[in-house]
Amino acid sequence: MSFLDYFKSKKNTRTASVAKERLQIIVAHERGQRDQPDYLPQLQQELLAVIRKYVQISDDMVQVEVDRTDSHSVLELNVTLPEH
Amino acid sequence: MGKTTTSASISTGLAKLGHKTVVIDFDVGLRNLDLIMNCERRVVYDFVNVIQGEASLNQALIKDKRVETLYILPASQTREKEALTKEGVEKVINELSERFDYIVCDSPAGIEHGALMALYYADEAIVVTNPEVSSVRDSDRILGILQSKSRRAEMGQDPVKEHLLLTRYNPDRVEKGEMLSVADVEEILAIPLLGVIPESQIVLNASNQGVPVILEEESDAGQAYEDAVARLLGEEREHRFMSSQKKGFFSRMFKGG
Repeated sequence: MSFLDYFKSKKNTRTASVAKERLQIIVAHERGQRDQPDYLPQLQQELLAVIRKYVQISDDMVQVEVDRTDSHSVLELNVTLPEH
Repeated sequence: MGKTTTSASISTGLAKLGHKTVVIDFDVGLRNLDLIMNCERRVVYDFVNVIQGEASLNQALIKDKRVETLYILPASQTREKEALTKEGVEKVINELSERFDYIVCDSPAGIEHGALMALYYADEAIVVTNPEVSSVRDSDRILGILQSKSRRAEMGQDPVKEHLLLTRYNPDRVEKGEMLSVADVEEILAIPLLGVIPESQIVLNASNQGVPVILEEESDAGQAYEDAVARLLGEEREHRFMSSQKKGFFSRMFKGG
């Protein structure tokens, strides 16, 4: 390792903060999915199939989520249609 | 990640304090607790033999040679993982709970059947994590399973009590910003901290010889496990070995410590 490399490599070693940030994002995302009912992925696929009979959309244009509160649950359905 | 090392040390620590303790290896097919506890040549019958009625508990339990009140129930090496049934595990655990104060279940890695069986009947869980991204993420998934798939969760009882044990911790590297800190991991997983085990050559030396690290009483890792056991039993102890020790000139010269 040359004298200059020593200074260069120092910059890239403080990676703990990157690790923490990435973990916070992925863990929050996975916790959100964990509480969702098992049937959601299939529901999303079937909704996609129905909508595709009429409009061509890609997989990520149908979002299905369940929001639970103490007294009730809300099934939230977001369909994005392509621009004309 | 240190689950088996930790199971060996926690169970030895509990037994050393006079509690009747048994430690069960749930890693069917990849048994290793026997090796870590130095009783690999004394295994005759195993956990699956007991479940399937081919041996009695007394025949399968191995008495530890160092600590009076400690017993080991080894895993089977040859059987299919599915040999551990919920009913079978329950029967064995019920029988053990009549004779022992503490039953330590050493879980296999992953979230498959063996891990599920190890956590299903748990009252408390020690989640062993390394300060490393994949380990922390896996720990969060296991916490999710504890909260939804354990018997306590299924029966709607009080949740399994969760503890975080951080192993292979290197304070020097944390200070340089190269490794996640205790605070980082605590913040992400949001469960109470049971202990921090410093990364140490002693841990490898101990497992090489089949000695639970906690019996290396002079070592920092051994003392850290001892603290963790005390905290598990409800004692309040300050956390140690979490900051780097500044080495003197001579110890640095001779790579001591």
